[in-house]
Amino acid sequence: MKRKDFIGHVSWTGAGIAWTLSASGLLTAHASAADAQSGFTFVQISDSHIGFNRPENPDVVGTLRKTVAAINARRVQPAFVVHTGDITHLSKAEQFDTAKAVLSKLKAPVIYLPGEHDVIGTPEQYFNFFSRRDAKDGWFSFDQGGAHFVSLVNVFNFEKMGLMGQKQLDWLAADLAAQKASTPIVVFAHVPLYALYPQWGWTTEDGAQALAMMRRFERVTVLSGHIHQIIQHTDGNIRFATANSTAYPQPAPGTASKPGPLQVPPNQLLGVIGYRTVQLDRRGEGAIADHALG
Amino acid sequence: MRKRFANAALCPGRSDPSLGLVRTRGMKNILTLSLVALLGTAALGQATAASKIIHVKDFAFSPATLTIHVGDRVTFQNDDDEAHTVTATDKSFDSAGLDSGQTWAHTFSKAGTYTYFCALHPYMKGKLVVLASGSNQP
Repeated sequence: MKRKDFIGHVSWTGAGIAWTLSASGLLTAHASAADAQSGFTFVQISDSHIGFNRPENPDVVGTLRKTVAAINARRVQPAFVVHTGDITHLSKAEQFDTAKAVLSKLKAPVIYLPGEHDVIGTPEQYFNFFSRRDAKDGWFSFDQGGAHFVSLVNVFNFEKMGLMGQKQLDWLAADLAAQKASTPIVVFAHVPLYALYPQWGWTTEDGAQALAMMRRFERVTVLSGHIHQIIQHTDGNIRFATANSTAYPQPAPGTASKPGPLQVPPNQLLGVIGYRTVQLDRRGEGAIADHALG
Repeated sequence: MRKRFANAALCPGRSDPSLGLVRTRGMKNILTLSLVALLGTAALGQATAASKIIHVKDFAFSPATLTIHVGDRVTFQNDDDEAHTVTATDKSFDSAGLDSGQTWAHTFSKAGTYTYFCALHPYMKGKLVVLASGSNQP
């Protein structure tokens, strides 16, 4: 993915969103108003787990293909698609190859960040897949549509997960220092940056240090994956939203003895996996809409 | 009472570096020799290599602490739907990604206390105490 490949911003628009509570208790927004408008929209997909082969979803390649087809069918194409990690299940080269083959069918350019399943033992296979010489550490930032986007990595530490590490925190401090307080900030990180549910490891140990650097901005949106479900949370100027997986759901915090793949009736799977559209207005207020595959 | 015979030596599919086994056409002969050697050792009242299993289930290692002897082989079996790893804190062993239903085995050739964890879920922790061969302790 090269920066020049990004489609330029056309105009800012706001969009209302209709949320519905599905039978499974997950929030899902259907038919977004963004469909009919030509604002700055991007798409988030997450946790495809290519290589997973269990009853919870015996065809993760198939559901990723469905996701790609649904995004490509949108009348207004997103400026880009961000995959917020766990592209593969076991970091294997052939799993990355399969993911690339499916995701290369997207009409929009794709940007990537890794999940812990993409860097098991070594980040080598991920970096072969990632293949960006302008982001040799894995983290990077870019400006688009009037917003400043920051893509973080919190799965590289040997013994702790998530953790960003001092080198990345220093980079982030310098990167954000160059931004105006009025600039909308959008952050991508695989593991949630706040203590969403530490009992299951759904937290970033040094996330608070990163969030402290974001307090001076008027509007910050932090988009994550990892937990295979939609959870929104607001803390002052910072809004957090985790996304559904394209593969299988996980239990809501505290509703099971452990995290992990959640079995739903097979005919309900497509209702709890999918993709997310985000449309930003000029204040950085984003209309976040989560779209189930069925 | 510990097992007299090393499962590793009885199973040609699992070569065991600690026993000096090499998988060749002469495997049978080597196995026979090894068994004779092991029987001899056992007759002298010394410990022989054993096989142990640790289950990875419900996001935990079970048993979480296990005491073994040098030369013992430990098999980790992932009984969860989720993938896990068995990764030594000192990096001396690492299963890499262990998918649901898979097993991974390691033979311990050096005495010491090894802590390990799952790299995908680092709050999953385990400990192996490896005693010198022939030690009378548990």
